[in-house]
Amino acid sequence: MRFEFTEEQRMVRDMVRRLADEELKPRAAEMDKKGEIFPEIYQQLAELGLFGVYVPEEYGGAGMDVVSYATVVEELSRGCASTGILVSAHTSLVVDPILHYGTEEQKQKFLMPLAKGEKIAAHAMTEPGAGTDVVSIATTAKRDGDHYILNGTKHFITNGKEASIYLVFAMTDKEKRHKGMSAFIVEKDAPGFSIGKLEHKLGIRASSTAELIFENCRIPAENLLGEEGQGFYIAMHCYDGGRIGVAAQAVGIAQAAYEEAVEFAKTRVQFGQPIANFQAIQFKLADMATMIEAARLLYLKAAWLKQEGKPYYQLSAMAKLFASDVAMRVTREAIQVHGGYGFTEEYPVERHYRDAKITEIYEGTSEAQRLTIARNLLKG
Amino acid sequence: MKVVVFCKSVPDTETRVRLKDNRLDKSEIKYILNPYDEFAVEEAVRMKEAGKVDEVVAVSMGPERAREALRSALAIGADRAILIKDDALDGSDTYVTAKVLVKALEKDGVEYGMLLFGQQAIDGDTWHVPGQVAEMLGLPQAGSIIKLEVDPDAGKAVANRLVEGGEEVHEMALPCVVTCRKGLNEPRYPSLPNIMKAKRKPVQDYSLADLGLSPEEVGRAGSFTEVLSYSLPPKKEAGRKVEGEPEEVVQELVKFLKDEIKVL
Ligand SMILES: Cc1cc2nc3c(=O)[nH]c(=O)nc-3n(C[C@H](O)[C@H](O)[C@H](O)COP(=O)(O)OP(=O)(O)OC[C@H]3O[C@@H](n4cnc5c(N)ncnc54)[C@H](O)[C@@H]3O)c2cc1C
Ligand SMILES: Cc1cc2nc3c(=O)[nH]c(=O)nc-3n(C[C@H](O)[C@H](O)[C@H](O)COP(=O)(O)OP(=O)(O)OC[C@H]3O[C@@H](n4cnc5c(N)ncnc54)[C@H](O)[C@@H]3O)c2cc1C
Repeated sequence: MRFEFTEEQRMVRDMVRRLADEELKPRAAEMDKKGEIFPEIYQQLAELGLFGVYVPEEYGGAGMDVVSYATVVEELSRGCASTGILVSAHTSLVVDPILHYGTEEQKQKFLMPLAKGEKIAAHAMTEPGAGTDVVSIATTAKRDGDHYILNGTKHFITNGKEASIYLVFAMTDKEKRHKGMSAFIVEKDAPGFSIGKLEHKLGIRASSTAELIFENCRIPAENLLGEEGQGFYIAMHCYDGGRIGVAAQAVGIAQAAYEEAVEFAKTRVQFGQPIANFQAIQFKLADMATMIEAARLLYLKAAWLKQEGKPYYQLSAMAKLFASDVAMRVTREAIQVHGGYGFTEEYPVERHYRDAKITEIYEGTSEAQRLTIARNLLKG
Repeated sequence: MKVVVFCKSVPDTETRVRLKDNRLDKSEIKYILNPYDEFAVEEAVRMKEAGKVDEVVAVSMGPERAREALRSALAIGADRAILIKDDALDGSDTYVTAKVLVKALEKDGVEYGMLLFGQQAIDGDTWHVPGQVAEMLGLPQAGSIIKLEVDPDAGKAVANRLVEGGEEVHEMALPCVVTCRKGLNEPRYPSLPNIMKAKRKPVQDYSLADLGLSPEEVGRAGSFTEVLSYSLPPKKEAGRKVEGEPEEVVQELVKFLKDEIKVL
């Protein structure tokens, strides 16, 4: 067993860490306030090859591995959690399934610009009436000659505003339940497609969360991803990988809050000494560091399993469940270490605290992760 | 024109320095490409991108970990690298370092138009090596430059140095030596595709024997200087605060300057 990054993985981590320190951290508060990730950030991520970390070079990617990708998401999230999920949703929820299930034509047409970061992707499953219970989605797709016609409304869609390629899930045969769901690639300019309202959120405020409306939206039949009826399995494939990304995002948020707490504890003086001298504070910091390390090792193992082509969905569910809880606990304690200062916008820990919460919700709530884990360990 | 960039592997600036047996305790140190050398590599790669240079060669003398520093240079855009590695080099001073680097240039046979260095290594911090190399090769040198214009066809380079209250402009015939500092450029972030490409770029290893040097000519034996001991800087004492009414504060300060540190 070797607990060591390869030379390339280390170089990627160091580069993204520097990028996060120099470009993201100084802008994160402002992007949170304005509710957008600035265009120059997209540009920079694209130039550095961060939108296609493990996509093979022949499809415009960097040709690296899943461990590098997960590390990228952690380091980006340490600087700005919204930027972390931008890359994670783009990669795990759209790029990965096209790479896995796409035809050669789909890879040339859609994967290439996505991996290069020329275009941004969004994944559209959730609807007002269908959250955890994805099989209850009401959006439909009907075949019409060499087209499909989509009708329905999606909401809570990450990257919804900036994307130009959407992976949309719809029922092609409602009767067949999960075997009647299909996945479609929809381009922004498809007739009958429009973006509805944008959510105002507690955290990851710089990341757009949009409603998508499909009114007799016509898309070419060749935009069906995989086969008719394969949509549910494609979606599960997306979330198994996406949970590695969300776990990494959670660790990045926790790491950022922890670093702030250490710095503050060393400089804040009460009773004539830095508060870091008090054992109560030391124990908080020790617990934070321990939880973060454990969460990191879990997502790294899940990423490694995925890279090796071994079953990883159990580990990725555990990683996401654990890391999101760690993010909540660490950011809460980081505020506690800051006292009243931590409750104000003057210090970034309040943002980390707000950002942490979503990691317990999207790509399967913590309850849903427990269901997955328990079902798996009790079966057979 | 080809250019050579000299790259040193140094401890990360965030490393906490600890001593063990009167030497640097290296057990927990993370090593990086010397930040000043990053400016040099960036400048060389920009010259290549501008079509003025057709090959950038990165050279390092050091233990195996120096390969990582070279890999960083290759990821920024250097074309190939040379690593001079030999146990006998341990303990070499700056003179020996320069001598070995010059030997490596000869051995490789690269027809360089310019040699680029960092102005200083953040660990050894002597600023010696570039000047020593320039001297050994009889080349003109401009140190600590903030601007560089090269005209390979005319065979000259113009470099600006920041000096007290202004800038000094040097015109040099090629080949020449420059040392680089902050302000010259903003080193790029190495992109993922370039990190992958770096893995495939050639790194040539040279041992002492390859360079035609014997162990007596390098290391402690070949050095003119020897580091006798290391010590950590004294711990910073907390500053003293002078409080009270303005008159009291002034009196107290004057007393301090006169009696305690005796500058008045
Ligand atoms: C900021 C943000 C970004 C998002 N991005 C995307 C995106 O890009 N694409 C996309 O498709 N979706 C996205 N979502 C949707 C997200 O995945 C869902 O919100 C999530 O899956 C939960 O669904 P729901 O909100 O409808 O809650 P519900 O499913 O209604 O759940 C409500 C509560 O009931 C619990 N619950 C539900 N079923 C069970 C059960 N069987 N057993 C025990 N407890 C249960 C849940 O755990 C939760 O606590 C996003 C959401 C947000 C807030
Ligand atoms: C194990 C060990 C033992 C040592 N023992 C001694 C000793 O006994 N006496 C002594 O005086 N010094 C000793 N040194 C220090 C060593 O001589 C210097 O680190 C080295 O010569 C470079 O000097 P500098 O770090 O001051 O670099 P500077 O002269 O400050 O560096 C300027 C530039 O020169 C180039 N450069 C410098 N070093 C290298 C290199 N190795 N490869 C490629 N380019 C380079 C870089 O471009 C750098 O930016 C020892 C170092 C080590 C690691």
